[in-house]
Amino acid sequence: MTEQDRPKHVADENAVEDRENQAPAEDAAATTALDTAGGAMQPSAVPVSAQSGTVPGGPETLVRRIFTGSGMVSVLAVLLALILGGLLIASTDKQVGTTAGYLFARPSDFFSAVWTAATRSYVALFQGSVFNTRGSSVAVQFAPLMETLTIATPLITAGLGVGLAFRAGLFNIGAQGQIIMAGILAAWVGFALHLPLGLHLLLALVAGIVGGAVWGGLVGLLKARTGAHEVILTIMFNYIALYFLRYLLNTPAFQRPGESNPISPILDPTAVYPQIFGTQYRLHLGFVLAIAATVFVWWLLNRSTVGFEFRAVGANPKAALTAGINVPRATVLVMAIAGALAGMSGVAQVAGTEKVLTDGVAATYGFDAITVALLGRSTPWGTFAAGLLFGAFRAGAVQMQIQTGTPIDIVLVVQSLIVLFIAAPPLVRALFGLNPRKKKAATAGMSKKAATTGGAA
Amino acid sequence: MSTTATSPVPGKPQPGKPQPDTQGATEKAPVLSAKPVTWKVPVLLTVLGVVAFIFFGVMGPNQTAKFGISSSGDFFQLPAIEVPAFLGGIILSVLMLGLAAYALYLKTRNEPSPGWVPVVFIVLFVAAFLIWVVGGARTPSISLAGLIAGSVTLAVPLVFGSLSGVLCERVGVVNIAIEGQLLGGAFTAAMVATLTKSPFIGLLAAAVAGAVVSMVLAVFSIKYLVNQIIVGVVLNVLVSGLTGFLFSTVMQADKARFNSPGRLPIIDIPVLSSIPVIGPILFKQSVVGYLMYIAVIVVWIGLFKTKWGLRVRAVGEHPQAADTMGIKVNATRFWNVTLGGAVAGIGGSFFTLVAIDSFTKEISGGRGFIALAALIFGRWNPIGAFFAALLFGFADNLQSIVTIIGTPVPSQFMAMLPYLVTVLAVAGLVGRSRPPAASGIPYVKG
Repeated sequence: MTEQDRPKHVADENAVEDRENQAPAEDAAATTALDTAGGAMQPSAVPVSAQSGTVPGGPETLVRRIFTGSGMVSVLAVLLALILGGLLIASTDKQVGTTAGYLFARPSDFFSAVWTAATRSYVALFQGSVFNTRGSSVAVQFAPLMETLTIATPLITAGLGVGLAFRAGLFNIGAQGQIIMAGILAAWVGFALHLPLGLHLLLALVAGIVGGAVWGGLVGLLKARTGAHEVILTIMFNYIALYFLRYLLNTPAFQRPGESNPISPILDPTAVYPQIFGTQYRLHLGFVLAIAATVFVWWLLNRSTVGFEFRAVGANPKAALTAGINVPRATVLVMAIAGALAGMSGVAQVAGTEKVLTDGVAATYGFDAITVALLGRSTPWGTFAAGLLFGAFRAGAVQMQIQTGTPIDIVLVVQSLIVLFIAAPPLVRALFGLNPRKKKAATAGMSKKAATTGGAA
Repeated sequence: MSTTATSPVPGKPQPGKPQPDTQGATEKAPVLSAKPVTWKVPVLLTVLGVVAFIFFGVMGPNQTAKFGISSSGDFFQLPAIEVPAFLGGIILSVLMLGLAAYALYLKTRNEPSPGWVPVVFIVLFVAAFLIWVVGGARTPSISLAGLIAGSVTLAVPLVFGSLSGVLCERVGVVNIAIEGQLLGGAFTAAMVATLTKSPFIGLLAAAVAGAVVSMVLAVFSIKYLVNQIIVGVVLNVLVSGLTGFLFSTVMQADKARFNSPGRLPIIDIPVLSSIPVIGPILFKQSVVGYLMYIAVIVVWIGLFKTKWGLRVRAVGEHPQAADTMGIKVNATRFWNVTLGGAVAGIGGSFFTLVAIDSFTKEISGGRGFIALAALIFGRWNPIGAFFAALLFGFADNLQSIVTIIGTPVPSQFMAMLPYLVTVLAVAGLVGRSRPPAASGIPYVKG
């Protein structure tokens, strides 16, 4: 493990560069609340490096990312969460309960029952999300994978939105509301206007993106103008959007004629995403757009001036202000772009997966997007991968519930545990016995503050 | 109440770059002078006053709104209040405009409006709104006593939740996990009360469950220095998943054995409970209801009148100074957050031991977030949070009553109201709300 002696090495030789590398590169999310929550706190009360989850190190290459602590911790965190989830499944299993009765007489029965209960669910989860070994043809065998990609689509785009805001130091809990507003506009364009093929879909897409961008940008504007905390604003905006949608679905303009339930007319065929691999799968063009969005966000963050400003604001708003960056403008802009990305999820829902507008248009994608972004460490491709993983969980959970009776809620547990563990690398290391030696080594020649960094690394 | 003066905040627009704005007046808001008085309050009050004048006054309904005060079982009967809706709307909205003019006048003299101005304005606005809603209904008559009593009942979990938030944020830990604490409390209360056949033990268990959720928050945010908002958000998901999972696997399988907790009795204090309006609110509550009043008072006295409270607030405002004075910052934070969780857990038991006597998935229904809003609306003060929670409970209750009496306002907009009000509040209607300075910032010694 090369990073074991890294902190000391780097801190001794090039502390400044160390700090520079850490702050913007890794956990913009972690630095977020430092400056946004209080607002009035004196600078450097808490070193950014003291935040958990930062990995000191040089420029990150892909290979490095995988094999350094960060990548390792991610894998271990997922593993740990799956183990705990398996234990939870086993704890409510009937067979486990029975064998626990004679645990001391024949412990092997008990442990095999625990193993069976947990693995049975996970095997079903895998079959429902990646590859169905019992399928009769190749098409059927790969159907779960297509379903995973379909569900991952809105997760990826909304996750990108949340992650982008994280990088600028903003906690965007509002993807849910942004998806809803986008869904409303895109759906309305889809069923109320009747336009030629191509133009219709394009307009629906633009309408949705604009809807999300406005809803997100409004939060940015309020924050920039009044200093209101974006967490509260976005939570409130979620509810406002939801009730607005419910209201609309009861008006003649949105409710399907002759229908008493709050449901909109079906979108015109000209306004829906074409299905990529034929009509047998639900996978639609939205997934391709999600890939494009990932590339766009990567470019924006890593190659554009605006993205640099975002990251600078996220790392230290005061320093950014001093450096001449227009912080309020960056706040509004990043929230608008985040909203636009979440808006793409809304479009994917109404124009791709659902083809109608209901009050469940956003499902829980907006909230899942937060965990997706956290798991992806707010990097575009990390978010993409996390979106795929959680999409697989979602898709597989349905099959798991049908086959083994394990409730879908287990996915929520596993998801949240993953994020919790990833956010606290020292805990994961401690649980896997990777921590103690390093902590001693780090403490040896450094101050206590730096020791925390070493422990976190 | 504090003043509306805003200190220059990082993140405010710079003076050199006035941005285009359609609302002419707010353009001058962010001036980085020594002690600027913002346009926010006067402008907002004026806009709301004009809206009230047009909708509640000029376009007000012509019926007479009738508000019943006494219920049949009361000590003595008070006559119902009858207000001609049109006239009432005009008078109240003119008063509101008067207040707005006063705030504008103060602004021209560069003085901040005193704290009572927005408060009185809100009271007037709510009154005018009530008259307008009831006056426009099919049956223009509601029982004010019932409305208020119902509001208090609905506000109980909100009050507990926001008290939990106060306890956590005052010590410098942001508690987004209120929702999870409420839900955890609700689930555990139902489960334990059913298993032990005693709702009171269920109540205790709820407090423990809330505390456990809080301890996770405390451990991760204090020991592992994980961003507090992240932990909070994730904890909500975790508790939601855990309770949902156990509900589906355990509770639904055998409802009688695991999910029929029974209710906490309503304790009716004789004579006192027959006082009109306030009787049922103060003297006819469940144990949880009485605990709510006690908790508000105890937390307020504790925070502002005791040595403990001074230490807590010191840790929340300036942990380094507190540390220098020998206060154990992280230990104080840990125990305070735990205590907050216990309080929220008790609030959660309200759902399964008082409101209805069984647990269902997501029974807290986002009320933890409203509690969070109440906390901010109430400016991190237990009493303020209490009244803010009452206001939200009131809006919640009004929504259901209004649906019954049949008004032209869509119920969805009524449901939206608390959230809109919160947005206005955090955007600066009630002065600038300032969280404890160290809220959200982990403390690392050295």
